[in-house]
Amino acid sequence: MSPAVAIFFVLAALAVFGSISLIIQREPIHSALSLIVVMVALAGLYLLMGAEFVAAVQIIVYGGAIMVLFVFVIMLLNAGEEERTNFSRLATFAGIPLALAVTGFIAAAIARSSGALPAAATSGALTDTKTLSTLLFSDFVYPFELTSFLILVAILGAIVLAQREN
Amino acid sequence: MSAFLTQYAFLIIPIIKIAILVFIVLTVDAYLTWIERKVIAHIQARWGPHRVGPHGLLQPLADGVKFIFKEDPIPAHVDKVAYFLAPFITLMLALTSLAVIPFGPQQFTVFGYRTGIGIAEVNISLLVLFAITALAVYGVALAGWASNSKYSLLGGLRSSAQMISYELALTLSVVGVLLIAGSFSLREIIVKQSSPHLGLLGWNIFGFSAETVGFTQVIGFLCFYIAAIAETNRVPFDLPEAESELVAGFHTEYASMKFAMFFIAEYTSMITISCLATILFFGGWLSPFPASWTFTHYLPSLILIPLGLWVIFDGLRYETVFGRIVLPGVGTAFTAIGATLIVFPVVNENIQGVFWFLAKVFTFLFIYVWMRGTLPRFRYDQLMSFGWKFLLPVSIANVVLTSVVILWRMH
Repeated sequence: MSPAVAIFFVLAALAVFGSISLIIQREPIHSALSLIVVMVALAGLYLLMGAEFVAAVQIIVYGGAIMVLFVFVIMLLNAGEEERTNFSRLATFAGIPLALAVTGFIAAAIARSSGALPAAATSGALTDTKTLSTLLFSDFVYPFELTSFLILVAILGAIVLAQREN
Repeated sequence: MSAFLTQYAFLIIPIIKIAILVFIVLTVDAYLTWIERKVIAHIQARWGPHRVGPHGLLQPLADGVKFIFKEDPIPAHVDKVAYFLAPFITLMLALTSLAVIPFGPQQFTVFGYRTGIGIAEVNISLLVLFAITALAVYGVALAGWASNSKYSLLGGLRSSAQMISYELALTLSVVGVLLIAGSFSLREIIVKQSSPHLGLLGWNIFGFSAETVGFTQVIGFLCFYIAAIAETNRVPFDLPEAESELVAGFHTEYASMKFAMFFIAEYTSMITISCLATILFFGGWLSPFPASWTFTHYLPSLILIPLGLWVIFDGLRYETVFGRIVLPGVGTAFTAIGATLIVFPVVNENIQGVFWFLAKVFTFLFIYVWMRGTLPRFRYDQLMSFGWKFLLPVSIANVVLTSVVILWRMH
């Protein structure tokens, strides 16, 4: 097994165990910590694919900024342990069949591809920051600007909601 | 044997370098506490530590022994996982951030493996540093939350809020430098600042190199340094551990080695930030003199030899016998190193870069200590409004201004 493959399996296992632990932990802050593990493991996978910039941004934005806000809010509210409940009716009748269907679909796709799955195609555009930004500001400029507009609207909405109480 | 070394050089050499760097950094951390206590003591007209060893030079060693042997009580009802994880996260991230810093210009090949002075050189080293800074909040926040103590929780909350707020200004303040260098690589950023005839005027802080003739990054530097002090939780922004209000903030409930880990992490991040300030704004390993002034290459000797002679002279008069033996010994070593540099010009040429790098880093570390001795602490609301309403807009203005100047130069 080449070192890259070994590292891939370690990171993939980390991401999977982090995701499972995220769901089954009862303490909210432990769930948040598990999610951070998932984010960092994903960044490692991006790095393995040669996407240095995306990996760094993944850690800065998701691992850092967003998860810090999660942890901060959990600490601020001093959220205690969650209580276990029986499955809600929605989960029993819609959730479980859907989860099984998705698993079956992925399993079928893997089984059909006869063993060797091809790696995700990296166009090379992700490795270099300059290429990435050139693409972002030429070919994808409208989606990019629309996304920033959407975020701006969301920020304004948050401010309006926060101000209404006063 | 040689074939084995050639095959695994990419693994063995970094491990050796990491061991050396960690040893050096931990020693520097230890003596930084000594320097800090001495300098603050002298600012306040005291002597500072002087009982353990000559001039208190063995005080860090005594502190270390104390940290190891002290009892380590764990408060009741702490969150075990987070409580033990927090100091490890903090120290691990602080040490990891040093891995991407290049300490000198030389690059050499050992067993077919090309490497430099520094552990790893990556294209996105600055982004890696910011990624690590972004994660560093967790150590403090978790320590505060897990300790099951009101003081710790308040300290942790304050510091998470402070670090989130100042991280923005910290990141934006270096965008000006990035625009000038056009690269995230720290080596590239330093090389862009070199100008053979102008010396220190080429550094980003003066900005007489290449594209932005005469456009300084002074605003960027001030924003960077202020935000960096807040990120490292030092005076005047040390609210997470404000003694008079919160006992010791987020690490109130930590004792012994776990406290020492927070302590070492704080000093290590001071070193990282000083290295970063040196690299981004003060030309890294570049000499402040024009390349033609070769006589300035004797400056390291010129500092080491008088320093060594003074230590010998001082040591001979010291009141304890131990001091009368140790101090002249240390002084002789300094003098000998200084003399060696004069006798062997090859060695002297090769240490110039590292010498200037370390000289600048220690200047910044001294400024840290100096500020701790002089400035009072901010009030919490002042800290927040300063970060959001002053520092952030100013760093954004700096980004816009630098972009305009660069565009104007291009046309």
